[in-house]
Amino acid sequence: MTVTQEAPDSAHQAHFDAAIAADRRIEPRDWMPEGYRKTLVRQVSQHAHSEIIGMQPEGDWIASAPSLRRKAILLAKVQDEAGHGLYLYAAAETLGVDRADLTQRLVDGRQKYSSIFNYPSLTFADVGVIGWLVDGAAICNQVPLCRSSFGPYARAMVRICKEESFHQRQGYELLMRMMEGTEGQRAMVQDAVDRWWWPSLMMFGPPDDESPNTARSMAWGIKRNTNDELRQKFVDMTVPQADKLGVTLPDPELVWNDERGHYDFGDPDWNEFKQVVSGAGPCNAERIARRRAAHEKGAWVREAAAAHARKHNTEEAAV
Amino acid sequence: MSGDNIFAALTEEHGGDARWAFGTGFTDALAGVDTDLPDGVDGQDLALYCQMLGDDALVQAQRLTEWVTDAPELEEEMALANIALDLIGQARLLLARAGQADGTGRDEDAYAYWRDPAEFRNVRLAAAPRGDFARAVVTLLVLSSARLAVFARLADSRDPVLAAVAAKAVHELAYHRDYAASWAVRLGDGTDYSRERMRAALADVWPLTGELFACHPVEARLAGQGVAVDPAQVREEVHGVLAQVLAEARLEGPGPFPEPVLAGREGRHGAELAPLVEEMQKVAREHPGATW
Repeated sequence: MTVTQEAPDSAHQAHFDAAIAADRRIEPRDWMPEGYRKTLVRQVSQHAHSEIIGMQPEGDWIASAPSLRRKAILLAKVQDEAGHGLYLYAAAETLGVDRADLTQRLVDGRQKYSSIFNYPSLTFADVGVIGWLVDGAAICNQVPLCRSSFGPYARAMVRICKEESFHQRQGYELLMRMMEGTEGQRAMVQDAVDRWWWPSLMMFGPPDDESPNTARSMAWGIKRNTNDELRQKFVDMTVPQADKLGVTLPDPELVWNDERGHYDFGDPDWNEFKQVVSGAGPCNAERIARRRAAHEKGAWVREAAAAHARKHNTEEAAV
Repeated sequence: MSGDNIFAALTEEHGGDARWAFGTGFTDALAGVDTDLPDGVDGQDLALYCQMLGDDALVQAQRLTEWVTDAPELEEEMALANIALDLIGQARLLLARAGQADGTGRDEDAYAYWRDPAEFRNVRLAAAPRGDFARAVVTLLVLSSARLAVFARLADSRDPVLAAVAAKAVHELAYHRDYAASWAVRLGDGTDYSRERMRAALADVWPLTGELFACHPVEARLAGQGVAVDPAQVREEVHGVLAQVLAEARLEGPGPFPEPVLAGREGRHGAELAPLVEEMQKVAREHPGATW
């Protein structure tokens, strides 16, 4: 603790507020309001879970990747996602929670993860489109988090964002190659763009007037931009990339607005969003079942490792 | 090479030194290395030998990736993916070398995606069903120990490409073996249940180990010319390594290796190879003429 245990809550609070106002980082040993801690635990653990569940839709294509170079790129990417999950669980643990408990909450369906991963990846073009659009949206969401007020989260995000930008470039490069290929490949890319565009826009969360936690998270410096601001940024960034690629984004309302200096675009189907968030998406049950099966099937391995470590420690202590 | 960020390493320029150009970054797999065939070496022999070593790595990697999203811990997902990635890197260079040696100019993907299962030259153990985590550990321990012993010698090959591939791969293989050995010890000396699983895994894997030390006529000819390694020469060394690990794991054995009988090296595989190869090739074969 950087402030004494005896100080009244109001003194702690004043110290915390001053740190936030001065844009200083809050570190794990600093006093923090319980709501701040809870909000961060929720956000960081959901983010970690998203990385882990996010391994599945692309992981499904490792076995069938159509060139050895693409297989290696995809495998390395999915491996990176496991690594991101680990950094983030470690960041969450600095808030006094336990990774094993967070994993249990995930496989019990008690904690959420990004809804985007509840959509299926149907063709190899999805690997490229997930890299381009889903990682692109993730980068828009995550770059501001490198300035998050909570130190361990901000530092984890710096590293994660660097790797995400590789993933996005590689996804886009795959799509460019496919668009230069056969008619069938071009059709695959367009089909994948059609399926992933709206779910990608939903990744930024509900519209600002329906996002109850945004104001508080922004006041605390946990979030730096509203959902709608980030969604606009993503659309503005992506439209020229789609043009260069030669694909059509499936939104008839998408048009440049000179006055605003931004693209206007249509509303995602927020009813679908609510359904997927609430567990009724195309792959919710499958994603959790797979993680749960791996977790349960691996229990004996974790127990063996723990038993070995206990024996080893006892033997060392006896020497 | 960036040690702390695998992706940075994969996309970095390698200054034309293909000895370091493993992974996903390169386009010309053999740039910078003398690719002429050594004097007196039969190109067909060398191509077949490269397929043997390349297919061992490719098929084992394909099997290992089945653990991604299905491992007991996230750390194991990462480690097994990393090992598979190393093996894919080795396979790519070896298969590209095969295409140079046999004069067809075929690239790595021509071998990986457009050969039928009977044309694969891997040992059967590389393709064996993955089973449980103990089986994965035992399989990896045996394959990495044998491959490390062969590659340590292959680093002195008269073929500069094989020498370059082997010199880099020994570091990777040493890690693969250490990883497998550390888990063999934890599982063997863990709980009663994990010990039983290790015993069962050893019993399943052991009959397939003899083939690792069988010398194919191509290997014998090339070994005589200082290009290849006769796998029979590493048999005792590998047995010693396994004996040491199993002792540390407080497991019995190992017994002697079974008779060295050729099988996969001659294209005679178990039933498990065809579905593995079919899954690997399906997208590529659905789109002939495509670019990826």
